[in-house]
Amino acid sequence: MEVFVQQLINGITLGSIYGLIAIGYTMVFGIIGMVNFAHGDVFMVSAFIALIAFLVLTSFLGVGSILLALLIVLVVGMVFTSLVNWTIERFAYRPLRGSFRLAPLISAIGMSIFLMNFVQVAQGPRNKSTPPMIDGEFVLMGGEAYPVTLSYKQILIWVVTAALLAAFWYVVAKTSLGRAQRACEQDQKMAALLGIDVDRTISVTFIIGAAVAGTMYLIHYGVVSFADGFLPGVKAFTAAVLGGIGSLPGAVIGGLLIGLIETFWSAYFSTDYKDVAAFSILAITLIFLPQGILGRPDVEKV
Amino acid sequence: MSAEAPAAASRVDFARAFKDAAVAALLAFGLFLPLIGFETVQNIRNELVLETRWPLLFNFVALVTAAHLFGSLVVTPWRERRALARRRAEATPSQAPSWLGRLGRRLCYAIGLGVCFIGVVNFGSDLTEIIDFIGAPSAGAGFTVLAALLLTGFLIGVGYVFMRFGSGGAAAAGHLIGPAGVGFLVVFPVVALLGAGWGGAVKWIDNFGIQILIYVMLGLGLNIVVGLAGLLDLGYVAFYAVGAYSYALLAKTFGFSFWILLPLAGILAALWGVMLGFPVLRLRGDYLAIVTLAFGEIIRLVLINWVPVTNGYAGIGGIPRPTFFGIPFNASDQGFAAMLGLEFSPVYRIIFLYYVILGLVLLTAYVTMRLRRLPIGRAWEALREDEIACRSLGINTTNTKLTAFALGATFGGLAGSFFATRQGFISPESFSFMESALILSIVVLGGMGSQVGVGIAAIAMIGGTEFLRELDFLKAIFGSAFDPTQYRMLIFGSALVLIMIWKPRGLIATREPSAVFKEKKIISGSLVKEGRG
Repeated sequence: MEVFVQQLINGITLGSIYGLIAIGYTMVFGIIGMVNFAHGDVFMVSAFIALIAFLVLTSFLGVGSILLALLIVLVVGMVFTSLVNWTIERFAYRPLRGSFRLAPLISAIGMSIFLMNFVQVAQGPRNKSTPPMIDGEFVLMGGEAYPVTLSYKQILIWVVTAALLAAFWYVVAKTSLGRAQRACEQDQKMAALLGIDVDRTISVTFIIGAAVAGTMYLIHYGVVSFADGFLPGVKAFTAAVLGGIGSLPGAVIGGLLIGLIETFWSAYFSTDYKDVAAFSILAITLIFLPQGILGRPDVEKV
Repeated sequence: MSAEAPAAASRVDFARAFKDAAVAALLAFGLFLPLIGFETVQNIRNELVLETRWPLLFNFVALVTAAHLFGSLVVTPWRERRALARRRAEATPSQAPSWLGRLGRRLCYAIGLGVCFIGVVNFGSDLTEIIDFIGAPSAGAGFTVLAALLLTGFLIGVGYVFMRFGSGGAAAAGHLIGPAGVGFLVVFPVVALLGAGWGGAVKWIDNFGIQILIYVMLGLGLNIVVGLAGLLDLGYVAFYAVGAYSYALLAKTFGFSFWILLPLAGILAALWGVMLGFPVLRLRGDYLAIVTLAFGEIIRLVLINWVPVTNGYAGIGGIPRPTFFGIPFNASDQGFAAMLGLEFSPVYRIIFLYYVILGLVLLTAYVTMRLRRLPIGRAWEALREDEIACRSLGINTTNTKLTAFALGATFGGLAGSFFATRQGFISPESFSFMESALILSIVVLGGMGSQVGVGIAAIAMIGGTEFLRELDFLKAIFGSAFDPTQYRMLIFGSALVLIMIWKPRGLIATREPSAVFKEKKIISGSLVKEGRG
């Protein structure tokens, strides 16, 4: 029982992070129907930016309060990652809009390789680990033998995920920007005829899609390396597909499911094949339930 | 109007250019500030500390600004002028080729004649040796004679291509690119031996020749799946791995020879192609791509984790080397060199491997070329264009897709077992997603469906990255710590993006129809749909 509850907590935390990354995938896929292959690496870059921002704040500027530092890191990480994602969209994807279908995907694969190796060259190939940013935990149940704990950082990750999901949902459902996004999703040409700046809307989608997942990843693991983009990226994509690509709550639900499955698989079976489990879920979902849990079925038109 | 237009085009808005450059500088500063401006390093107590790199950051920003200014002040006006000139040229009816064009063609013709002449002279000078060989056959002289004949043929071939170009223009020479390329590949080891000597040739034949040909083979195999059938496969490397591991395991366990296992590895890979292809039949486009990616990764993870069979990360070593139909390439008395009365040299094995992979590449290209003309090949291309139309015309799309997968996988498996025997050692590291991306980009950059394009793209990508290893002189400029190979994948990644922007249809953007009525017409690649799956 204790093991189960502990794994549940861990799984939800991991799942929240996957969900946060998946939001980026799902927003971009929703609006331009493209698998943003570089998203995993953008998120890795984001983790590096958060790491550097944290180090600058604590060692150069001497910010004492860890909470204040984290808040600033969150904001700084968002700003710089958005800048990176905006630039990528502007240079690597926008010129290819209207090109043949595979062109943006291949460009994205190139971008992914570029980002990964850029970080490797610029920051070195070693793992970068930080001192734990947030200490402390609640002991929920269980005795000395196996205490079930809920740490502050896990709570932070949950809260940030929930808050961001709510914020994004609000943006998409209630604001004029969200209306423009939904219009572009349905028919870009028609949206443009009705006076929507399609390029701008897509740019904004990329900007907010980059989000804060990198910061959360760093807080969770406390370590990041240049190669950390690919695997979480694929898992987050799995989450987005599982939840129904194009749907924001779907992305988070999918993320939670993937996180839980991975955690329980590792706890009860073996850690060796946990990535195989994630990939198998991806394949099985796409084959048997391609529209996902919350997605709309894709109607084939002639 | 015609007097005003060039004036308008050549006028450069300096204020605007500088404003844009300032914005670009600001953007570059923001982009590079975290990752270039700061470096994370471990100090002695193994803590992470930051070091600043302001000069480097300044250089980056300055570079971006300068490039932007150059672009808006020089490149854009130049391109506008050129576009204007082209429009004007189109407006006036085209005239006979200019004297420059005529001169160029005559020059080509003259070069062609010259090269042919050199070829004949070369043959003449080798004649004595050929006569000697006929009189007293010996293996060493035999090889020299063979090399001489190959070189003569090649020189005459090159001369012929030039002459055709000189007399008929680019259109006439276009059909000869393929045969000329094959001719060059056949004589390449001879050229390398003549140019670099016995010691230096190994690097050229092995690192450039064999390495590139392996990727040409993989590219041709994937070309069937992606270029012809239009199914985007991101996990192609799985079949490469199946071929390599089945050769390694079967050869080590049962001691079968390379020539038995080569077709077997192909068949096994085809089986896997069908097995993995079957569940994804219903998927289309991006989804198909992602599922194949998942399959590729699953196979790699199984190779890593199934330690009792595959030996995990450590890989399999000591894989038997290929033999010349039973004669091993070693220094023993039973070895290839000793049997033919030659001095032992590792070059013979390399040359043999080169011709094996060349044969495999030619086989792949030939089979694909013939299949394109058969009903199944036409069904593939019809499937790529429109699946629904295909189905309504009574084409069995299941079989069509599965044969494409199986055939692509077969060639991947053959390449894999060749890879295993060439390396003598394989590990899951060689079959990562990056390999799949590399092969896919070779197919795409070459222009999907084009075989010559695959060859050119493989030379550019693989040869280019190998070439980086040779750039030692850069160390003199950037300091001894500078390692050009570090930038290999960086350049590769940006090349993918840039070529997609510059030439999204790939390098060879025209398609040759497989069926013709009366005369051949060249089809633009932009009329061909891709990847609808």
